[in-house]
Amino acid sequence: MADPMRIRASMAGDKVEVRVLMSHEMETGLRKDASGALVPAHFIQNVTVTHAGKTVLSAQWGTSISKNPFMHFRFKGGKPGEKVTISWVDNKGERRSDEAVISGG
Amino acid sequence: MDTRRRAVLKAGGGTGVLALAAAAGLIKPGEAFAQQWNKAAFDTKSFAATLKALGGSGSTESTQIQIIAPDIAENGAVVPITIESGVPKTDTIAILIEKNPSTLSADFEIPAGTDPFITTRVKMAETSNIYAVVKADGKYFHAVKEIKVTLGGCGG
Repeated sequence: MADPMRIRASMAGDKVEVRVLMSHEMETGLRKDASGALVPAHFIQNVTVTHAGKTVLSAQWGTSISKNPFMHFRFKGGKPGEKVTISWVDNKGERRSDEAVISGG
Repeated sequence: MDTRRRAVLKAGGGTGVLALAAAAGLIKPGEAFAQQWNKAAFDTKSFAATLKALGGSGSTESTQIQIIAPDIAENGAVVPITIESGVPKTDTIAILIEKNPSTLSADFEIPAGTDPFITTRVKMAETSNIYAVVKADGKYFHAVKEIKVTLGGCGG
């Protein structure tokens, strides 16, 4: 299991500003290790962000998202104390879900 | 008294079944969701081919789309990119890196209520044009910016 995501969700005016840092190798499948063997691709393919049962952002990723992916976005309709949940699934079927409480900002 | 106890037991049993159903329900959309990865689009190797795989037959260059990224990236492994779309009814924002082994980097779906704004970090193999492709109201728009890379991010 990958390390927990670091999520910061805070109010910015009437919007919720979310920054997330995920822990993932994001191997392209094109890199060779020291012995010259290809390192198999291992990368996050789908990311979903939900708030109050509603998807506020979803994404499909390829191998060119940087290692330990970072995302920053904003959505309307959240209030301090409510939760934002972020989930990802990678190409090996591993998944991780973490949540953060929206702070007053 | 006894009938009431029965009722409670029945209700309790019912809740258990509901919880199980919910758990099963939670797993199912997750699996369906994992399959929603547009392999065909991620396999494309040019702006035109990626656009087609994303469902667009053509795209209009738009000044309403902004790509905020460095002109020169010293490290191609971590290139910060922000895309902001001023196109009304923006539904999706895709990031395309023309000269990467796979052109499509990411495709974000922006539901109503979420700003058409996204920041992430991408890998770049070499100096390349970056396209931000926005789908809005069924039409495709794009902006382009060249980023020079001093050190590639996909080397071995």
